[in-house]
Amino acid sequence: MSHHIVAVEDLKFNYPDHTPALKGLSFTIYHGESVAIVGANGAGKSTLLLHLNGFLAPTNGQVRIGDSLLTCDTLQEVRRTVGMVFQDPDDQLFMTTVFDDVAFGPLNLDMTPEEVKKRVEDALETVGVTDLAERPPHRLSTGQKRRVAIASVLSMAPDILVMDEPTAGLDPRARRRLIELLATFKHTKIIATHDLDMVMDLCERTIVMHAGEIKADGRTTDIFADNDLLKSSRLEKPLRMQGCPACGG
Amino acid sequence: MCISSRIDKAFYDIGRLDILALADTPLHRLDPRAKLLATLVFIVCVVSFGKYEISRLLPFSLYPAVLIGLGDLPPGYLAKKLIMVSPFVIFIGIFNPWFDQTVMFTIGPIAISGGWVSFASLIIRFILTVSAALILIASTGFAPMCMAMEKLGTPKIFAVQLLMLYRYLFVLIAESLRIVRAHSLRSFSRKGKITYRVFLQIAGNLLLRTIDRAQRIHMAMLSRAFTGEIKIVRQFSFGYKEWLFAAGFSVIFITMRSADIAGLLGRLLMEIK
Amino acid sequence: MHMADALLSPAVGGTMWVVTAATTAYASRKVRKSLDDRKIPLMGVLAAFVFAIQMINFSIPGTGSSGHLLGGLLLAILLGPDAACLAIASVIVVQALFFADGGLLALGCNIFNMGIIGCYIGYPLIYKKIAGNSPSGTRLLAAALVAGVVSLQLGAFAVVLETTMSGISELPFSSFIIMMQPIHLAIGIVEGLITAGIVAFIWKARPEILDCAATDRPLGDLPIKKVLTGLATVAVIAAGTLSWFASSHPDGLEWSLAKVTGHEELAGPGDGVHSVMEKVQDKTAFMPDYGFKEKTAAPEAADTSSSPVSLGTSTAGLVGGVMVMLLGLGIGFALKKKSGNPA
Repeated sequence: MSHHIVAVEDLKFNYPDHTPALKGLSFTIYHGESVAIVGANGAGKSTLLLHLNGFLAPTNGQVRIGDSLLTCDTLQEVRRTVGMVFQDPDDQLFMTTVFDDVAFGPLNLDMTPEEVKKRVEDALETVGVTDLAERPPHRLSTGQKRRVAIASVLSMAPDILVMDEPTAGLDPRARRRLIELLATFKHTKIIATHDLDMVMDLCERTIVMHAGEIKADGRTTDIFADNDLLKSSRLEKPLRMQGCPACGG
Repeated sequence: MCISSRIDKAFYDIGRLDILALADTPLHRLDPRAKLLATLVFIVCVVSFGKYEISRLLPFSLYPAVLIGLGDLPPGYLAKKLIMVSPFVIFIGIFNPWFDQTVMFTIGPIAISGGWVSFASLIIRFILTVSAALILIASTGFAPMCMAMEKLGTPKIFAVQLLMLYRYLFVLIAESLRIVRAHSLRSFSRKGKITYRVFLQIAGNLLLRTIDRAQRIHMAMLSRAFTGEIKIVRQFSFGYKEWLFAAGFSVIFITMRSADIAGLLGRLLMEIK
Repeated sequence: MHMADALLSPAVGGTMWVVTAATTAYASRKVRKSLDDRKIPLMGVLAAFVFAIQMINFSIPGTGSSGHLLGGLLLAILLGPDAACLAIASVIVVQALFFADGGLLALGCNIFNMGIIGCYIGYPLIYKKIAGNSPSGTRLLAAALVAGVVSLQLGAFAVVLETTMSGISELPFSSFIIMMQPIHLAIGIVEGLITAGIVAFIWKARPEILDCAATDRPLGDLPIKKVLTGLATVAVIAAGTLSWFASSHPDGLEWSLAKVTGHEELAGPGDGVHSVMEKVQDKTAFMPDYGFKEKTAAPEAADTSSSPVSLGTSTAGLVGGVMVMLLGLGIGFALKKKSGNPA
């Protein structure tokens, strides 16, 4: 396997009505990196993520995953390499029990029933929801749904995890536990989020997007220290880097 | 009446049945196919009686009673659901006494017409068939039943359709409930009544969101190597318990259908007296 | 207008099951063949949408009463007839199981009355013909109104036919018709109006959704004619097979008609009709289709049914029936007690 794992070159994308959404993005993500993609609403984060899995075809430029250029021929292979966790777990969990949902991917990869079972059990154990296997998704809490959604991707053994707002809608404790869980993963991670405190915990590198362009790409600590950059990208410093109003610290 | 109550009630109502199906009792543990087969035989036997039949229908209450026991189901709740759907049958049935006034037999001074007998028979049929169906779902759960139906020859795509509907039923009812609540919060003068125009707006918007959701689900499927066919592994085992249940009950029903057990027992009892 | 199991005879219920099962199989094959895998989630969530939206009542202008959407026509416009047929059938199955609307035997009737008629008659033969491919204001409204009204009239007529042919209800065919059709005229108009309203809304907001629904599936006349001929053939064969067993005495329509036309003496509980009915019903137990074949107890059946029903036996029957019922309830109660304890 080559050293880089995701390479995006001069990626441009226009909506069907010709409004440009992505205006020439280029970046390379290396094996084992954990990269945050931050930016205001409408900056193009989700549009970018949809390109990494071939759901949108670039108007210009290209996307490379591992050794393969993303084309129609490599689509299936790329989708196996890139595990995509969607923002709304209700969209991701479309089967009627947790087990069936986590088994969906492995079954499509034509594994034997025993292998599938093993994969599902391992994935559920990794995210800590083994006891929920027979539950229907609509009887889970948001935090549990999010974990199952991650398990449903892990069961396909992807190299790269792409996540859209993994902490949205979680209570503080569920959020904390999810962050701890993600920190244990060895995968290459790409996380689009507004939760900058989570970025501080999980990602050494941050890409800042604004209006379809990359405004900055560098070490997370450097980026969050740059007040002008954050302000012009309609972002704010993570809370823990802000002065404490109560104690004046 | 508050406008959102209907949808609220439906939400909790389905939820209740759904939760009942999660229980773990001997009945719940049976292969769904056994329960489905026994229930079908039951229903066919019940409706195949002549329209004036009452006495021979009564023993059939054995099945719902035993199942409620085996599955530890709440009879009161099931009865309430029965009553809720009874109006149509009662409405159609109540014409029987009107059109059929031939005296069938007399109890002391009271003459009972054929119409009343057939009406009573109709109500008993209704109670038996509907409770059997409700018990089936409350002791099996919808998803396992769809998978069992698929195993019994229902087209795969239709089984998948049922599963998808069931999965998103809860999501969409919750979504429309939120819309209706938001509407009633801001409709002071109309007491939450939804006008035709507002309904179109609600339905249209919900429909657009639903179509978007379908696209996202499709993406989620594709990103997990979906190629057009949904595969499900579900190992059911049709063991001796299932055979015993399905065959046992079928034999009982067919016997009760073909031999007048009630009459025999009744004559026996009356002779003893 | 859900048919109920209790109103059906096995022959009518069975025939409609065969017809509906055949149509569902046909629709499933068509949808599979269309190779559009986007449709799988779309059908699922749209069915859930119809289910949810059915629960929102709205006030009907100028009447003070309220109505709700049924959704069959809307689904056909959004999905095409085959996928819509499966989607609406799934809604009816869930209603039958969770709300006890209808019943398992009546599923065949209900899917036919409320789904198949709309998808394979109302949509292709009426809506499509009037609306064409790009629905504009008035044509859309006219198409949806006529299709809505016709589908519901046919559906209501089917309910009447199924009920009277089953012969459990005493309601004469003509009175039942007079009751059902006008109510469903109103429901059909409301259905047409809402469907047109929602389609117009979507057309304004996101025309591409309807565009692809309209162009994606070229609907020649041939497939639909095939479907209808196929359906008719299946129905005739099924009904023929079923009624062959019942031919010794008409158990359905003719019998009800005979009653309506004044042959009241037939209706008595005496040895005549009742025992013949029994025979008929027992014979239907041998039908080769669906669940009927499990029944194998004919000789005894013939014995019991040939004995005339007298007051004595029926009292005895009632006593015995009540006894067995109480016994059953007792067993159920005992089991419940037992399983109530954590095992």
